[in-house]
Amino acid sequence: MAPYESGKTSAEGAAAEVEDLRAGRRRAARYVVPVAVVGVAAATIGLVPALADSGDPDLPKISAQELIEKIAASDVQQLSGTVKISTDLGLPALGDIAGGFAPGAGPSGDGSGSSADPQAKLMELASGTHTLRVAADGPDKQKLSVLDDASEYSVIRNGDEVWAYDSASNEAFHATGAAEHAEKGDKGGKGAPEDVPATPKELADEALKAVDDTTSVTVDGTAQVAGRDAYKLVIKPKQSGSTVGAISVAVDAKTGMPLKFTLTPASGGAAVVDAGFTKVDFGKPAASTFDFSPPKGTKVTEGDETKSQESHGSHDKAPKPGEGLEDGMTGLSGMKVIGEGWSSIAEFELPGGQGLPSAGSGDVAPEAQQLLGALGDKVSGKFGSGTVFSTRLVNALVTDDGKVYAGAVTKDALVKAADAAK
Amino acid sequence: MSQAEDTSVRVTETRPTAPAARSVRRLWTLGLFRSELTTTFRRWRTLALLGVLAAVPVLVGIAVKIETSDGGGTGPGGGGPAFIAQITNNGLFLVFTALAATLPFFLPMAIGVIAGDAIAGEANAGTLRYLLVAPAGRTRLLLTKYATTMAFCLVATLVVAVSALTVGALLFPLGDLTTISGTRIGMGEGLLRALLIALVVAASLTGVAALGLFVSTLTNSGIAAMATTVGLLITVQILDQIPQLHAIQPYLFSHYWLSFADLMRDPVYWDDLTRNLGLQAVYAAVFGSAAWARFTAKDITA
Repeated sequence: MAPYESGKTSAEGAAAEVEDLRAGRRRAARYVVPVAVVGVAAATIGLVPALADSGDPDLPKISAQELIEKIAASDVQQLSGTVKISTDLGLPALGDIAGGFAPGAGPSGDGSGSSADPQAKLMELASGTHTLRVAADGPDKQKLSVLDDASEYSVIRNGDEVWAYDSASNEAFHATGAAEHAEKGDKGGKGAPEDVPATPKELADEALKAVDDTTSVTVDGTAQVAGRDAYKLVIKPKQSGSTVGAISVAVDAKTGMPLKFTLTPASGGAAVVDAGFTKVDFGKPAASTFDFSPPKGTKVTEGDETKSQESHGSHDKAPKPGEGLEDGMTGLSGMKVIGEGWSSIAEFELPGGQGLPSAGSGDVAPEAQQLLGALGDKVSGKFGSGTVFSTRLVNALVTDDGKVYAGAVTKDALVKAADAAK
Repeated sequence: MSQAEDTSVRVTETRPTAPAARSVRRLWTLGLFRSELTTTFRRWRTLALLGVLAAVPVLVGIAVKIETSDGGGTGPGGGGPAFIAQITNNGLFLVFTALAATLPFFLPMAIGVIAGDAIAGEANAGTLRYLLVAPAGRTRLLLTKYATTMAFCLVATLVVAVSALTVGALLFPLGDLTTISGTRIGMGEGLLRALLIALVVAASLTGVAALGLFVSTLTNSGIAAMATTVGLLITVQILDQIPQLHAIQPYLFSHYWLSFADLMRDPVYWDDLTRNLGLQAVYAAVFGSAAWARFTAKDITA
């Protein structure tokens, strides 16, 4: 640049400098474009959910009693939708632990070898975030799919046939003669998938079972769930000592169908169970949705003892993240229940009980228990000494003499119960 | 300095033109695009990259064939790339498996090489100034370079898909296929979905392509630009695997790449697919405009 400048007058030099400065500014100004794009993108990401959230719908007032009746009277026969379920029990890798125990823990018949066995598979739902698809058409056509990365696990019921298909391993599980099961569905009275654990409806039903005089039930305004207007029903335990903070159920204003279920712990923080529809459609799903014939080359495991399994309600036994948490694990056999309502504590002896390892009930093999010993806290009291296993919701006290006290209650309440039982 | 000034001034001067001249120029742009395209696809390097990509489905197909020839399954647990368990039922699944196997690394690496080379390679070879001597303007040249890279994205994806379809048809049966949701669709719809998946995979690479182009404008060394792009790609892939970073992961360009598999659900699950395409559009807009800002203001010394 210098050789050119030497011939210029000072005025020309100054003009050139101004020109340079302007050009430099113009160049810098170009970088505003990418920065602006970033800004717009960030604003969109930040604002769109906020805008979508705004404005709770304006619905006529309703009492808690009326709302519960509305849920009970709900008669949704046909629906399809997407459910997002997040469970955070506060265990580091519940899926792995539960998966490890699954073969021994469940009455899996000869289906234990198949990765498509519903019981083993659905146990994975007990931790983490999952996207589910549900579809139902009347009481005997239902489908539940768990959407994994690039694979899907589906349980399909079409009349007497129950199929489970795991696309990741290309294995299928087949059971027939689900007649008893269908009756069960009828008894439920709702077309909503009785078969299907973890839908907001199932969870809400479990929660409402626990409603008694130890519970306060209120209607807490309205909300928008999956684009539908809904009432919010809040269920709170009155007693102290329970780890359950509150249960909130969003109920569709039109159909009375629970759309969202949230269980927050008394200790605060993120919800322990949060299951809600992100999309829901009450139209009739396509008939082909419920058709399934295993592709050629698929390994099919027949569910042999179907009858007996079904009468035990094999699908219902699949761990519902809510079951056993809300109603004090009444499903366990050979056990005593101490207390009532929300702060009830289950007492049983090791080895005892069946199933539900996901509830952290301490129903585990001795070797595994040794391993788990490292995870628990040692406590002692009048009852002797033992180990407390804590999750964010359920605490279990395993005493050294082989008794287990478990419930959705605080550690202190467990120790007190153990002391009292002594 | 003065060179950069000259060209940018010329561009601003020539921009407002009569419609007739404009149509002439548009033809000329297509000519530039055509010549770029032929230059890129004639390079041995490009052909070698495409050859490697075409070989991946062949390898996967033969491996699955040998593994299952004794009548056994692909082994328990469903490990390996997505859809691999279904290949023996239907050769069409080899297309999806091959894309799932190449998308995390092979494909974006190839894109990184082409995109990184786009500007920096010309500068390195000393040909960039000759390209700019022609009255095309820098913005247009950059757009042409990006279009060429995108064309390569599409061609590379289609090479993988077609190679996989050929191998799949030769080694395995074709016919009606079962979606991962368990429903059945016909062969025709299956092929349609395969094409759609190939397009989505190609679109998934637009973010990396824009990133590579931006890096390419930063340096005069083609090798440095390629290495940086591929290095960034690996870094992002690693970050995407660290569970503690889950808060930032939805913003990484590779996070939703495998969402193309959602097209094999029935009904299709669009949420992650639209998120992926939106994210790619944002990356393309941000790094494309950054590349433009850098390239139009840069001193061209080589």
